[in-house]
Amino acid sequence: MSETWTIKCLINEKPVEREVSVRLTLADFLRHEVGLTGTHLGCEHGVCGACTVLLDGRSARSCLTLAVQVDGMNVTTVEGLGDKTRLSPLQQAFMDEHGLQCGFCTPGMLTTLTELLANNPDPSESEVRLAISGNICRCTGYENIVKATMTAVRYIRDGMPESSEVVD
Amino acid sequence: MPSSWIGMKVKRVEDPALLTGEGQYIDDISRPGMLHAVAVRSPYAHARILGIDKSAALELPGVVAVVTHDDLPEQMKGQSIPMMVPHPVITADKRPQILCRDEVCFVGDLVAMVLAEDRYVAEDAVALVDVDYEELDCASWVKDAAEAGAPSAHADLATNIAANIDLEYGEIDHAFATASHVITEEIFQHRGSAHSMETRGCISEYDDATGQTRIWVTSQSPHQFKGAFADMMDLVDQDVHVIVPPDVGGGFGPKAVMWPEQFVIPACALIAGRPVKWIEDRREHFMCAYQERDQHWSGELALDAQGKILGLRARLIHDTGAYVPWGVVVPWITCTTVPGPYVIPAYEMRCEVVFTNKVPVTPVRGAGRPQAATFMERMLDIGADRVGIGRDEIRRRNFVQPEQMPYEVGLVFRDGKPVVYDSGDYPQCQAMVLEQANFAEFGQRQRQARSEGRYIGIGTASYIEATGLGPFEGVSVHVQRNGKVIVHTGAAPQGQGHQTMLAQVVADSLGCSFKDITVKVSDTTTIQRGVGTFASRITPNAAPSAHLASNTVREKILKIAAHLLETSVEDLEVEDSRVSVKGVPEHGKTFRDIATFAGAMPGFAVPAGLDAVLEDTVYFAPERATYANGAHCVEVEVDAETGHVSIIKYSTAHDCGTIINPLSVNAQVMGGVAHGIGNALFEWMRYDDHAQPVTMNFGEYLLPTAPEVPNVDQSHMQSPTPLNPLGAKGAGEGGTIPAIAAIVSAIESALEPFGVCIRTVPVTPDALLDLIDAGRQNAGRPDV
Repeated sequence: MSETWTIKCLINEKPVEREVSVRLTLADFLRHEVGLTGTHLGCEHGVCGACTVLLDGRSARSCLTLAVQVDGMNVTTVEGLGDKTRLSPLQQAFMDEHGLQCGFCTPGMLTTLTELLANNPDPSESEVRLAISGNICRCTGYENIVKATMTAVRYIRDGMPESSEVVD
Repeated sequence: MPSSWIGMKVKRVEDPALLTGEGQYIDDISRPGMLHAVAVRSPYAHARILGIDKSAALELPGVVAVVTHDDLPEQMKGQSIPMMVPHPVITADKRPQILCRDEVCFVGDLVAMVLAEDRYVAEDAVALVDVDYEELDCASWVKDAAEAGAPSAHADLATNIAANIDLEYGEIDHAFATASHVITEEIFQHRGSAHSMETRGCISEYDDATGQTRIWVTSQSPHQFKGAFADMMDLVDQDVHVIVPPDVGGGFGPKAVMWPEQFVIPACALIAGRPVKWIEDRREHFMCAYQERDQHWSGELALDAQGKILGLRARLIHDTGAYVPWGVVVPWITCTTVPGPYVIPAYEMRCEVVFTNKVPVTPVRGAGRPQAATFMERMLDIGADRVGIGRDEIRRRNFVQPEQMPYEVGLVFRDGKPVVYDSGDYPQCQAMVLEQANFAEFGQRQRQARSEGRYIGIGTASYIEATGLGPFEGVSVHVQRNGKVIVHTGAAPQGQGHQTMLAQVVADSLGCSFKDITVKVSDTTTIQRGVGTFASRITPNAAPSAHLASNTVREKILKIAAHLLETSVEDLEVEDSRVSVKGVPEHGKTFRDIATFAGAMPGFAVPAGLDAVLEDTVYFAPERATYANGAHCVEVEVDAETGHVSIIKYSTAHDCGTIINPLSVNAQVMGGVAHGIGNALFEWMRYDDHAQPVTMNFGEYLLPTAPEVPNVDQSHMQSPTPLNPLGAKGAGEGGTIPAIAAIVSAIESALEPFGVCIRTVPVTPDALLDLIDAGRQNAGRPDV
């Protein structure tokens, strides 16, 4: 129970070396030991998708992954996608299309869709819907998330708008 | 800058933090020396507690305490959470106990809290707390529980009746005596849980220096809780500081009502002398976060030969679960919402509110309204078929007409005021939605589809929604010395965008720059009073408060500016946080200049007639609820071989009066529709005969996901309410209310060749297949 293990990984491009309890989940490690609280826990049984992070670019449930499993891996969380002064095209598109309400599922949506757009830069709406079919949102009804993803495709292809006006 | 911020699609000020992982939710908060609490809950639906042995748990390294009833502070011993909405019809007032002492009344009832240095250790220790239970007979199914002689949900109650709601008006016997058609139906409705993506949570610490108890909680109503906690502990308001974290991951009802955990955690902090955090996990949320659930309806609708309603009788058995922590608000709203947008000359409702040994029932988005709408709309659908007119036409023939506004229904709503529809054009809303849905040409589409062996159908439903309930919601507006504007409100948001909406109102009324405004929510030390975010009540209550407070501050600013600019108030105009002389824009003063002057120099007098502090707080109190309304139309395709329902097109027409931010209103409707789709097709909290919950995760209890939810084609009317100065009504629940009814109607329309009539919701594929099979047998056409 108290056994620990030392792991080395990259988290959002920064090297991290920590001794962790072997039963610690990746989500709890990121949130409570590394202090990256952007990754959220909605169900802790792998269905809601809020805790999705990227491991070597591939989406994974951090609630079902143990911290020790990411030894040697490259972990990307929502904090690694952009920051408030420099939103990623996807983050900017979520803002512009009102793709979030309470924001709790949003980090998982963003990581999942970041993976989708890396693999498929021109998805159809139904491909977007399928990609996020493992991410539950209770607020938005998904429509604006899909719309935001299509807008992000445009931003990535044609460039982001110069200035983001307060008023649409 | 826009000429008015009201009605502008303003992007949300909340978003940048939420998009970058910088949001701050309850579990993101940590306090020095904080312990972690994990709950010990009843595994039985109904049992007596004979004893609790903590010893094995306490031996586990890292465990600090196991808090049971006997450890509670004296003020909490034997106490239940307070009744916030009492009502004379409640005959058995059973509320959740702070910690159960002798008896547990549902699976999940709270027995103890384990406190440990680490959450993982606390979870381990829960399994080591040995509670000796004697299992008792339980009331599982509400219809059985309502019968005389049924096992009692509470050992000291002779019956399971919590309340009887009997409402009536008009000449009901006459209505039925003169009817050409009487429709008699029995309908069962199950409504599921709220399932905000963030579960509930609470952190508390006792501050030795100030004697204050500080409580962070995912509450939709922090001020109500502050008062309740202070009353229970015999404290003054100032001794209790309740903070809702800046971000709350959805609410949808259960976070508005009080729960034992938010009382127990402060007690634990007091007992341990250290901060304590409790974060509910999803399993607990299934097991004990308040839900809505089962309603058994039987109804009789009296129609004349043309399909005009003469009268409606209904009987309702409502499952309230083990307790009534929010009184009988849900069934009361159901019973008073049934008439909906229709003229019903005579009405009789007999509702039994019945205890079962299940999770207590309190509002979930819609709060009993979706069930009322589903019942009424079902009766109209079936009535239309009987009379031989269109389902759209029977509604047209019965709508309350715009010229009848204000329309008094004849009932008393849950706010104690008469149900009065204040404004709106119900026939027009229906016409709009039918136009969007191309309802007129549906017959052609359906014939075409059938020729291809596909079953498509269309359904429409109309609704009203009581929004903006009182008593008040407050907003304070303060222009700080640097000219920036700080706005405080107790209106705790859970994703609705209150900050953006209130900033729009303040920018508009005060004349300041939008970017100069910061809106702070839900800290009981920043504004004295607050009620809470429920019943779609924040925009109609808090926005008028923001408007009125801003007007007062603007007057103060103008007076000072007139003094400084040596002119009269009438000659001044305000724009972008600057006051200038009309026609001479260069002759002006910024808010900062004005605030600096008003702040004055110590010891100097403020000039006569001027106000030194550029601040005002208003608690706008509406006379009564204001009624939003709308209509939905949905087209579906049903696979007759699998029972799978696909939504092809979803259209809405919605009227919430003055719209402040169309982005938010649209998004509320979309989200509401998705919730309604879940209720119509997927969400079923299942129990067994022993009231054991059997759907305890998102694999067993299905929420709608992206492939199941269509885009929503929306239109909006704006019929401003006369009940507040902005004309705004609430928009939070309208998307959900008619969705079940419209979808069910569409499924029936699709399966018309099989003569399917749906009397149970949610409509699951297996139930649908049974109905299709029965239809095939009845028609003697097993091959259809």
